[in-house]
Amino acid sequence: MTAAATEPSRAEAIRDDRVATRSLAARMLSRPEVGSLVGAIVIFALFMLVAVPFRNVANIGTILYGASTIGIMAVPVALLMIGGEFDLSAGVAVTTSGLAASLLAWNFGLNVWVGVFLALALSLAVGAFNGWLLFKTGLPSFLVTLGTFFVLQGINLGVTRLLTGNVATADISDMDGFASAQQVFGSEISLGPINLKITVLYWVVLTVVAAHILLRRQVGNWIFAVGGDASAARAIGVPVRATKIGLFMAVGFCAWLSGMHLLFQFNTVQSGEGVGKEFIFIIAAVIGGCLLTGGYGSVVGASVGALIFGMTQLGINYAGWNPDWFKAFLGVMLLLATIVNVYVKRKADLR
Amino acid sequence: MSVAATPILELEDIGKSYGNVHALRGCSLRVRQGEVTCVLGDNGAGKSTLIKIVSGLHDHTDGVMKVDGEPCRFGSPREAQATGIATVYQDLALAPLMSVWRNFFLGNEIRRGPLRVLDIDRMKQICHDELAKMGIVIPDLDRPVGGLSGGQRQCIAIARAIYFGARVIILDEPTAALGVKQSGVVLKYIVKARDAGLGVIFITHNPHHAYLVGNHFVVLKLGRVVLDAHRDELSLEQLTAEMAGGQELQELSHELSGADPGKVAAPAAVEHGQVEAPDLPPVMEAEEERTA
Repeated sequence: MTAAATEPSRAEAIRDDRVATRSLAARMLSRPEVGSLVGAIVIFALFMLVAVPFRNVANIGTILYGASTIGIMAVPVALLMIGGEFDLSAGVAVTTSGLAASLLAWNFGLNVWVGVFLALALSLAVGAFNGWLLFKTGLPSFLVTLGTFFVLQGINLGVTRLLTGNVATADISDMDGFASAQQVFGSEISLGPINLKITVLYWVVLTVVAAHILLRRQVGNWIFAVGGDASAARAIGVPVRATKIGLFMAVGFCAWLSGMHLLFQFNTVQSGEGVGKEFIFIIAAVIGGCLLTGGYGSVVGASVGALIFGMTQLGINYAGWNPDWFKAFLGVMLLLATIVNVYVKRKADLR
Repeated sequence: MSVAATPILELEDIGKSYGNVHALRGCSLRVRQGEVTCVLGDNGAGKSTLIKIVSGLHDHTDGVMKVDGEPCRFGSPREAQATGIATVYQDLALAPLMSVWRNFFLGNEIRRGPLRVLDIDRMKQICHDELAKMGIVIPDLDRPVGGLSGGQRQCIAIARAIYFGARVIILDEPTAALGVKQSGVVLKYIVKARDAGLGVIFITHNPHHAYLVGNHFVVLKLGRVVLDAHRDELSLEQLTAEMAGGQELQELSHELSGADPGKVAAPAAVEHGQVEAPDLPPVMEAEEERTA
């Protein structure tokens, strides 16, 4: 304690010897993302061993693409969970956004970009509505977003059927602005033998920005606080309502980004898609060290969780195993990761 | 009018009703610089409602609240803090999973540079210094506060309120959950805050603690003020009596007169008094026999 020498008043402070300084190793181990990192290394080693195509450098692009489509959503979902709330509508909200852009542009003969920005407004509005309903009703977010999950699912199917008489939107690849929008949302970059989808870039940028906000910004402090103890946060002057609604809107924004990729990758959107994805986002966040009760977690961890998904999904394919087993594998992964997280954290806190 | 004579905070006939439940009625209170105003009362007397009004969590339904002589209402705790009224709650308002320094600066984070990034080093330094002034050194400020003792958490909450709350500090039963020694530390800190020119509102149901540090005493009962007196007009005995409800305490002591608390006897012997023999666990019985 070098500081103690500079001021005399501090010298009289009695050091509580029951609370010792922890070693660097213990502090590193008590970070929330440790469990997911260990898991990622184990999964990587496993598939390197059993799946020959997994070792092919060119396949890195494919694996990262799979991870990025989950990661783009896992990041805001992790922030929301740290803020103490769930969003079960996150999966179908992606589809809603893609459908909205496509249907609006097609039916009104608009430039594709107009549809894209209308979809952004809609996605943000859905997020804000989730947050608003949460505070208006006082119900847990699990119930509120379960409601919007079903509502959006129904609207997706109903409106698409109503406007196109089909379960998918029309191909919009010949419309004005499609080429430039595809450049933004669905292009590919070549790095030597590796072809990287642009979503990988979005995923990495989102992770860095979100991690910075969470750990180095005032808002990040507020996110931890509203998730850890909302009434304490309010009492000390944190705008709880605005913080949580903002988090729901961040999920909306990323749902829009994912939805746009979906649209411009395949030129058309299936209206029934996205159901069940919300749990995958939540599982990625939990593997990454987020507590279901809020107030604790890591964005980097959630991204590593998404990477584990990407590796597993393709690794099972590459290994020649029956992909039917994928979900069972995921369940085991989830349980193992959470057990490791809890175990490591307890050990590190005791040191 | 001199500075000291104008109360920083003044309540006139403040009342609060929740529907048809009147939690607080006609309560008047004055808080001056460099004075400790003690608010005493039993459970359900309206102490918590009073703090919630002053700290901006609830709005009052009757009466006038004045800050520096100007009538005002607080819409949120942030507004109350902006006028210099800081509150240390009974549940301390700390997020248990957050680190010490993050809790300390919650809502008042220090940011630097054009990008407004958190100035973590400076916050940790200030946090360390402020806690050291209260006599507590936590070597690892990155530890979650949930793992600290009750006294340490109390100190963090009080140090935080004093560091940020310049003029009035409200302490909601700060000694209720503490041992004798930690209570002493907190009481000493109340005196320090008073000497630093703060107005202190000390909410407690312990007249002994109140009388040690208080300049002015207000006793609440069932939502009304039943005593409002300066230290000169009051002895500890009077305060205790008023607090416990004078008459009720007399009746209680009369009722218990047969059970001499100094008397050590086997439980069976007590049935000659006016109190029935209590069911004592075997451990206590053994202890009493040994002392006998």
